[in-house]
Amino acid sequence: MAASRVDVRKTYKLYIGGAFPRSESGRSFVVNDAKGKFLANASLASRKDARDAVVAARKAVPGWAGRTPYNRGQILYRIAEVLDSRGDQFVAELVRTEGVTAAKARTYVEAAVDRLVWYAGWADKIGQVVGNANPVSGPFFNLSSPEPTGVVAVVAPRGPLLGLVSVLAPVIVTGNTAVVLASEAHPLTAITLAEVLDASDVPGGVVNILTGTVSEVAPWLASHMDVNAIDLTGVTDPELATDLERAAADNLKRVRRAPATEPDWLATPGIDRLTDFLEIKTVWHPIGV
Amino acid sequence: MNFEYAPAPESRAIVDIKPSYGLFIDGEFVDGHGHSFKTVNPATEETLAEIAEADDADVDRAVKAARKAFRGWSRMPGKERAKYLFRIARIIQERSRELAVLESIDNGKPIKESRDVDVPIVAAHFFYHAGWADKLEHAGLGANPQPHGVAGQVIPWNFPLLMLAWKIAPALACGNTVVLKPAETTPLTALLFAEICQQADLPPGVVNIVTGAGGTGQALVSHPDVDKVAFTGSTDVGKAIARAIAGTDKKATLELGGKAANILFDDAPIDQAVEGIVSGIFFNQGHVCCAGSRLLLQESVADEVMAKLKRRMGTLRIGDPLDKNTDIGAINSAEQLARIRALAEIGEDEGAERWSPPCELPSSGFWFPPTVFTGVSQAHRIAREEIFGPVLSVLTFRTPAEAVEKANNTPYGLSAGVWTEKGSRILFMADRLKAGVVWANTFNKFDPASPFGGYKESGYGREGGRQGLASYLKAGA
Amino acid sequence: MPATASTAQGSASSPGIGAYADVTASEASLRRFLHGLPGVDQVGAEARAASLGTRSIKTTAKAHALELAITMVDLTTLEGQDTPGKVRALANKALRPDPADPTCPSVAAVCVYGDLVGSVKEVVGHQVNVAAVATAFPSGRASMEIKLADTRDAVAAGADEIDMVIDRGAFLAGHYLQVYDEIVAVKEACQRADGSHAHLKVIFETGELQTYDNVRRASWLAMLAGTDFIKTSTGKVQPAATLPVTLVMLEAVRDFREATGVQIGVKPAGGIRTAKDAIKYLVMVNEVAGPDWLTPDWFRFGASTLLNDLLMQRTKIATGRYSGPDYFTLD
Repeated sequence: MAASRVDVRKTYKLYIGGAFPRSESGRSFVVNDAKGKFLANASLASRKDARDAVVAARKAVPGWAGRTPYNRGQILYRIAEVLDSRGDQFVAELVRTEGVTAAKARTYVEAAVDRLVWYAGWADKIGQVVGNANPVSGPFFNLSSPEPTGVVAVVAPRGPLLGLVSVLAPVIVTGNTAVVLASEAHPLTAITLAEVLDASDVPGGVVNILTGTVSEVAPWLASHMDVNAIDLTGVTDPELATDLERAAADNLKRVRRAPATEPDWLATPGIDRLTDFLEIKTVWHPIGV
Repeated sequence: MNFEYAPAPESRAIVDIKPSYGLFIDGEFVDGHGHSFKTVNPATEETLAEIAEADDADVDRAVKAARKAFRGWSRMPGKERAKYLFRIARIIQERSRELAVLESIDNGKPIKESRDVDVPIVAAHFFYHAGWADKLEHAGLGANPQPHGVAGQVIPWNFPLLMLAWKIAPALACGNTVVLKPAETTPLTALLFAEICQQADLPPGVVNIVTGAGGTGQALVSHPDVDKVAFTGSTDVGKAIARAIAGTDKKATLELGGKAANILFDDAPIDQAVEGIVSGIFFNQGHVCCAGSRLLLQESVADEVMAKLKRRMGTLRIGDPLDKNTDIGAINSAEQLARIRALAEIGEDEGAERWSPPCELPSSGFWFPPTVFTGVSQAHRIAREEIFGPVLSVLTFRTPAEAVEKANNTPYGLSAGVWTEKGSRILFMADRLKAGVVWANTFNKFDPASPFGGYKESGYGREGGRQGLASYLKAGA
Repeated sequence: MPATASTAQGSASSPGIGAYADVTASEASLRRFLHGLPGVDQVGAEARAASLGTRSIKTTAKAHALELAITMVDLTTLEGQDTPGKVRALANKALRPDPADPTCPSVAAVCVYGDLVGSVKEVVGHQVNVAAVATAFPSGRASMEIKLADTRDAVAAGADEIDMVIDRGAFLAGHYLQVYDEIVAVKEACQRADGSHAHLKVIFETGELQTYDNVRRASWLAMLAGTDFIKTSTGKVQPAATLPVTLVMLEAVRDFREATGVQIGVKPAGGIRTAKDAIKYLVMVNEVAGPDWLTPDWFRFGASTLLNDLLMQRTKIATGRYSGPDYFTLD
């Protein structure tokens, strides 16, 4: 009887500033598959990890927002390409973690790729759609254009890959940077996605992914004075959502509230996830000789 | 040769201020049930009228009236709603002198501003939004955008009628109905506006005006049947409102404080820049959330600009708000005057150099001379806190990068000014300044077609333009 | 007696024009200097002028302003059809603008073509100045010799003031030193045998310079060349004087005095027809250059029909009723 090969078990780490550190707290937690069997250990992020992630995200803002929209679109498209090329890996992971059929998993993976492609195309169009020249009554050139709001904290929804991509892509494509708190139920796909991002020319710090307990980490992001906006889509406890929104008021974060129920991520999105994290800047200049 | 301008007072006979005012609910003036309060003329401290205070029950009544009116108003064809707004705009034009005089009496602002700035822009706001009422499907929110419902709106005392217009015109155009609370110290033009609504035969309940202080405003924004909150005022109150509506479905637009940098490069059109500095901080006694209260001067021209600025400040005429030649009127309230004085004293204590042109202030009323502080650093409180008065803090910089860094080094982000004749530098600066409005080679310009609102702690949402309209709509099914 | 001399040397504490000698040393340095002046934002300048125009000048202030404006008028006729008879009539009007009211002051000067200086002088003597346009007015298109001869003729005929035009072609082509040299030469031609000189006003024809940047540059150029006054227009080109153009020139004389200690006068000319307009100009002088300029020595109106409107308004204040054109002389 041949000796069976022993699995190489992977420890999933955090994704902060383009690196994959363990939690500074040294904590980890066990993630089981859909049948309750051990799958892997994941890092249990602490408030200090959240703090580090915000620092990394803030540092990445000028460079990322300063890229041309065309370049950001290219990078999002690159994410789609890499994700597509690793489609089998994600299908397998979804089958194991979600307990869905391979066919259904493939639907979600393909939809995630398509979603990235869709948002990639928005990079150099959103400004045309939500910005405009304003015909003011005087000799002035007056132009309103959207700009990224800055650092956006995202509490990711349960939908493991498609949901995550659907909330992340619109945040970053316009030039924001993100600190994503992965779904408590599905941390591993988020970190696997981080590996895709890492291989896709996404500059370090543009996307930071934390795994752990929403009720522990999200309040630190909601109250953080250097976070500009927070997306509560993945917060399922209404009381926690209210607390987070209240905490977000400390520096008047832009808040996207939690939906009453998990959205159907397969449905075609609107542009509200883009515009929720944009600021309109209006520039005036006299017209004269 | 001296050329003294004789007093040129605008007649106040045109306004008829009643001894007391009630609330405007469901198309009628009714008694309030709170403790009534007095509104005074800040230039003389004379009591102008007794104003009713709306208590929680009054606010509830007003919200109910608005809710009742919402059904008919939101279903009325847009072109018909538009005609009411056009009517209101016309009446505002026809009664513009009356509105301007009343505004100056109640607020203290110079008549030349209420007459030439506030009231004309008020009329323009109603005209602009009237035209939107039957074109909402083109506003960018899909084919069938819908109003939110009842809007609870709370406005400040610095531009009483203008802020009313910024709130009410888009709300009504989109089919919302409103309950508006004017500021405690400046309710009179809002109450005159209520009369204008009656004159326009606006259906009862579409516009309701509840007067009162902070408690009334709190009752309004927290009312469970208010769908949309719009607030202009201090950042502290804005945060309190954001907390109060947490966990509800209420939408909010918050237009809050600012500490705008007005950045002057050495290649600026200096004479126009000096005008921009002056209008940036002394327009409306500096009671302007987007005031250019931090002047950033490039070191190479700092002395020249300061000399010109001081000479220009010497020509500012401070005094009777109703005199057509007055440039700077009265501070709106004793409370605000105390705050300005306190911060100015802090500025001196912290070592900044204080200067005001010689000017005689009237013996009664609330007055503060145009004041400039030089030798100010980023760490000074007068460089960080919103003074909301005619007080300018001057800092210097050496390079564009330093100017950007200093300008953005504030929790606020409402507005900014850039003065340079170099086009590419304007765009460089405009791109990097974290502010909702950037005035390049101009300052303090407003237009109903131009979105206004801030980044960071200056609030969120925009008012004016297509983006402002969107704040009063949701995508339809 | 108005308009005698400017303080060409500057005060003891100021550097004087001499400090700018290197500026006019070469075409290149002059160009660098003029192009280094702060730009003028058109919209901002016009808004400032409009805002000053909203000052409300009433009662005593208005009476004072009207009186002052009358004393500042350069009563002008510059027509091909001018005759000695016509200008003599105008000269009489200049002396006694309102024959019905001896308290009405005389105007500052009568402004005519050079060949008619003598006719005016016969009437006004030394009571009112005589200004002559010169240097191939209004176009300025003639040889230097002609322009200088034109000037000397008028001075010899007794002109107290010379209103010269600049060569706008040279200015717009960027030949600033040429324009400068012309002004210097004309100033020399204003010298009289006794060492005194006719007062020089330099006309820019701002309607042809078009931009406020050009007006500012022309102002500094002329001031550096030693002019006594800077003047907007000939009256033959539209637009002539405007409030914002005058604003830019007032800023220039203000800044020039600050820099050199030398005070220069300003004369808007053409298009100022009503007392209301004139008062707007006086408000602007008061608030931009300052009260030091509020005398006929330092500020003039080049005008013809303006005078009668000033007189009508003056009479309205005195009598309390509106007057009509039939009660004032045509010239």
